[in-house]
Amino acid sequence: MSGGIALVVEGLTLRFGGLTAVDNISFEVREGEVLSLIGPNGAGKTSAFNAITGYIEPARGEIRYRGARLTGLKASAIAARGVVRTFQKTSIFAGQTVHDNVAIGRHLHSRQRTLAIVAGLSSVAREEAQLTREVGDILHFVGLTSRADTVAASLPYGELRLLEVAIALAAKPTLLLLDEPVSGMNPVETASFMKLLGAIRARGITVLLVEHDMKMVMGASDRIICLNQGRIIASGTPDHIQGHPEVVRAYLGSKYVMSSPPP
Amino acid sequence: MKRALTALWLLFLASIPLWLTDLYALHVLIMTGIFIIAAMSLNLLLGYTGQLSLGHVAFFGIGAYASSLVSLGFEVHLLPNWLVSLEPKPVWFAMLCGVVLAGLSGWVIGRISFKVRGAYFVIVTVSFAEVVRLIALNWVELTQGPMALNNIPALRLAIPGVVELAFLRKPANYWLTLIVAVLCYVLIRRLVHSRAGRAMVALRENEALATSVGIDVTHYLVLATVVSAAMAGAAGVLYAHYVRIVDPDVFLFIYTVTMVIMVISGGKGTQAGPIVGGLIFGLLPDLLRAAAIKPEIQWVIYGVLMILIVHFLPEGIVPAARRWWQGRVPTAVIP
Repeated sequence: MSGGIALVVEGLTLRFGGLTAVDNISFEVREGEVLSLIGPNGAGKTSAFNAITGYIEPARGEIRYRGARLTGLKASAIAARGVVRTFQKTSIFAGQTVHDNVAIGRHLHSRQRTLAIVAGLSSVAREEAQLTREVGDILHFVGLTSRADTVAASLPYGELRLLEVAIALAAKPTLLLLDEPVSGMNPVETASFMKLLGAIRARGITVLLVEHDMKMVMGASDRIICLNQGRIIASGTPDHIQGHPEVVRAYLGSKYVMSSPPP
Repeated sequence: MKRALTALWLLFLASIPLWLTDLYALHVLIMTGIFIIAAMSLNLLLGYTGQLSLGHVAFFGIGAYASSLVSLGFEVHLLPNWLVSLEPKPVWFAMLCGVVLAGLSGWVIGRISFKVRGAYFVIVTVSFAEVVRLIALNWVELTQGPMALNNIPALRLAIPGVVELAFLRKPANYWLTLIVAVLCYVLIRRLVHSRAGRAMVALRENEALATSVGIDVTHYLVLATVVSAAMAGAAGVLYAHYVRIVDPDVFLFIYTVTMVIMVISGGKGTQAGPIVGGLIFGLLPDLLRAAAIKPEIQWVIYGVLMILIVHFLPEGIVPAARRWWQGRVPTAVIP
């Protein structure tokens, strides 16, 4: 699968009132890669996420996934095409158990028709049993098996963030968009999250990542795109981005840009 | 074990008319049962999707009026020279019409309010109920307005030559109400323990996240509204053919409030909640009356009890009782 183009973003422009949050950006995500969007706060990373997943309507531009247009589709329809996101602010079904949270995430891959449910057909019961097993597998995959019956709201922070990923994985994404998944995690939790990210990748899931933790970004990404004030200022491999003068200027200010070549 | 308990409990409920000789008490039970059905239907919306329908009595009233009118027949001038008339139809068919029409109006409300949540959903439902009440009050040619629809026939079921059942007396109406209530309970139970129920809960808990995993939230809100409205309609249908007189007062706001009190005090989002709340607040007025307490004091007790429940058990009686029980019995699973 790897190598082909998965997601195409073309001339994407987002406006909120008079403010242009994202200004005519274009990029591609290849099948199987981990692509990171970085940039200072307000650069337009999350807005771009919202546009790709159908949460806001772009002023201009087109988004295609595996050849099909996503622009104009409802968010739930975009998820049905395998493009699934997580949220920057921790987002779970707080009053439900960890197991039920993931079960809700399985929604798209359940075949129960409303009439069958009301009639109490045995196919529904069979599918529910199957669902319980599948949820168990996902919880095992992210390492939350022991928490299955805990009410989500009472999980510690690091596990909450794992649960968010588990919910998204339950929807069987082919392109997973993670919005600052390790923000607020300690270095140990971040390291184990990077391992999880590797495992997600190994399943052939393409990942688009927004993250501020540079260790994570540099360690996990194949390519990086740096945004500033709604525009792409640099893109390339982690090594390339690390030394890029525009990126340093955007993050730290121009006096930290090493004059190159050195005198 | 659990099954045996359920069967015993049902057997007890079904046996009540056999040993309860006080007909007034039986009447109170029937009315409470009808209200419990309405409260269960409200709970599907309020407890599971998290949307408060403050016009729920509209569906109850629509069921009651539609069923009465179909069973009585009517003649209406829709335009000065366009007369629409309907011959009286069998009561079982009228009852079906009432349920279906209530469900349809639920669908309309669900579609209209497809983007409104929270306070706006409340406003849409309240307005709808008020409009329907005004129609019932003023469209005298159809509804007799404040003169009420009288002589509504009771349900008669007959297999020619084999058996004929007339639901004229109280025990028969009690059993009919019990059967409908059990049917509604089973239906809601199946719904909430399925993909559809999970989608509804997801809407209540976190709509943005629900959408992100592909749940068409609006679809499930409409589904919940239709099922809920049809069940409230069924309660109205039972009411109409039991009391056998229907006037615009069936649309009074206080009935919606009573349903909300039953659901909230019993525990919204639990299946037993509306039943417990419905039993307490359905039977309480008559228990107090039976205790020969002065009327003014009766309502004070009613109000104080309500405040106490909401204050000390904000989640409702059933969740609180469940937690107390779990705290008492040491759980076997220790991680």
